Amino acid sequence: MSAPALPDLPDAEAALAALAARMRDAVAYDAAFVGIYSGGAWLAERLGAMVPGNHAVGYIDVSYYRDDYSTSGLKGGAKRTELAFDVDGGTIVLVDDVLYTGRSVRAAINELFDFGRPARIELAVLVDRGGRELPIQPDYVGVRLAVARDLSIELSKDPGGSLSLAVERRTGN
Amino acid sequence: MRNPQLNAHGELTHLLTLEGLPADVIRHILDTAEPFASIGEREVKKVPLLRGKAVFNLFFENSTRTRTTFEIAAKRLSADVINLNIGASSTSKGETLLDTVDNLVAMNADMFVVRHSQSGAPHLIAAHLNAHARTHVHVVNAGDGRHAHPTQGLLDLYTIRHFKGDFGNLRVAVVGDVLHSRVARSLIHGLTTLGTPEVRVIGPRTLLPTRVESLGVTVFNDMRDGLAGCDVVVMLRLQSERMKGALLPSAGEYFKHYGLTPDKLAVAKPDVIVMHPGPMNRGVEIDSAVADGARSVILPQVTFGIAVRMAVMSIIAANQGPPRR
Repeated sequence: MSAPALPDLPDAEAALAALAARMRDAVAYDAAFVGIYSGGAWLAERLGAMVPGNHAVGYIDVSYYRDDYSTSGLKGGAKRTELAFDVDGGTIVLVDDVLYTGRSVRAAINELFDFGRPARIELAVLVDRGGRELPIQPDYVGVRLAVARDLSIELSKDPGGSLSLAVERRTGN
Repeated sequence: MRNPQLNAHGELTHLLTLEGLPADVIRHILDTAEPFASIGEREVKKVPLLRGKAVFNLFFENSTRTRTTFEIAAKRLSADVINLNIGASSTSKGETLLDTVDNLVAMNADMFVVRHSQSGAPHLIAAHLNAHARTHVHVVNAGDGRHAHPTQGLLDLYTIRHFKGDFGNLRVAVVGDVLHSRVARSLIHGLTTLGTPEVRVIGPRTLLPTRVESLGVTVFNDMRDGLAGCDVVVMLRLQSERMKGALLPSAGEYFKHYGLTPDKLAVAKPDVIVMHPGPMNRGVEIDSAVADGARSVILPQVTFGIAVRMAVMSIIAANQGPPRR
């Protein structure tokens, strides 16, 4: 029996342009953009250039703050969290590629607070696919999609730097 | 028999020795340590990976530095650390090692960091836990007899990789009392596993194990011959008690032949790095001008040691016996 066809996905660059347009008049002039590795990190860099203002860009790896460590262990290839600005008292926009259960965002917020006490944290995501398991909502969204639970949406970057979305069926676990 | 350090999926559940550990497991530990190295620079020097886990430091032999770095590593992972002063407790009342372990497991220990003067003591504990289906409890060898000191070997490998990038074309010399050194044995196993083309040992015949060549090393009895063209020089501590036996004439005589001075180091490569596991005997195995000199990476070794121990603990704590989903 063949599986149902995979849904069509929007163009990632168009979604990014829509996200930047929504942030343009709403984000604080000096808000820092902190991308969650790896897709969010690419987006934070791009948004830093697209959204007017003086936006420091940082990167966060939530591996040490995930809630599935005891069942899944440490995933290989954790990266260094780099926040080369003062977290205390600042406005931070967390940036992620796909918002789903909200667990990565929860982990990222916890990690940010180990660097200081931000005045405000907002959330910008390229894709909101629904399916939240925690009371977390985005402030800025590129595109909203309804996607079946057994599908996974991945952001990738080609060597030229342009972004694209792909959908895959979750395998195994 | 299966390697007692690995579970049925080939994942590390105890760290007992680097001997026989696959290269990809060693590389995974070194890769995992890399981002941990920056946690000491944070406002809150902690991550919550081992929150609620109880790590017992079981040091049957004294070592302030190793115990302290394990304690810092565990605390930076948010574990609770319990230091047992074994010399002053149950064993002196006649309790066996495994009875001590069983009692601590009954107190819900999650990990034991074990140092013991008897080679094989950490293996004995790990085999005991495995045999009694206590695979959720993990053992890290913090040095056993003359056998192994795997976390020191790993931090040495991490240091070499940090400064030299790769092992593929390195000439590494290990100098001094190889005979009594678990540090040397662990490092040599790690270096050969990771494909280091030339590992040398340098020392007087009385301080080199017989058939040391079987470890895959080249033997030199003369410092200048052995140090020529080296990228990395690892000095070993000369334990003062060795002087009391017939192995060596005197500390002064040893320094004259095997003490690392700027003059002897000059035959190594210009960008050589000098390492030492500590504690150093200045004027015995190493001259202060080298220990404090531009080629010395002895203090970075200590800092890296914390990150490497965090990596080991966080990897083994998540790898358990029963199959994973």
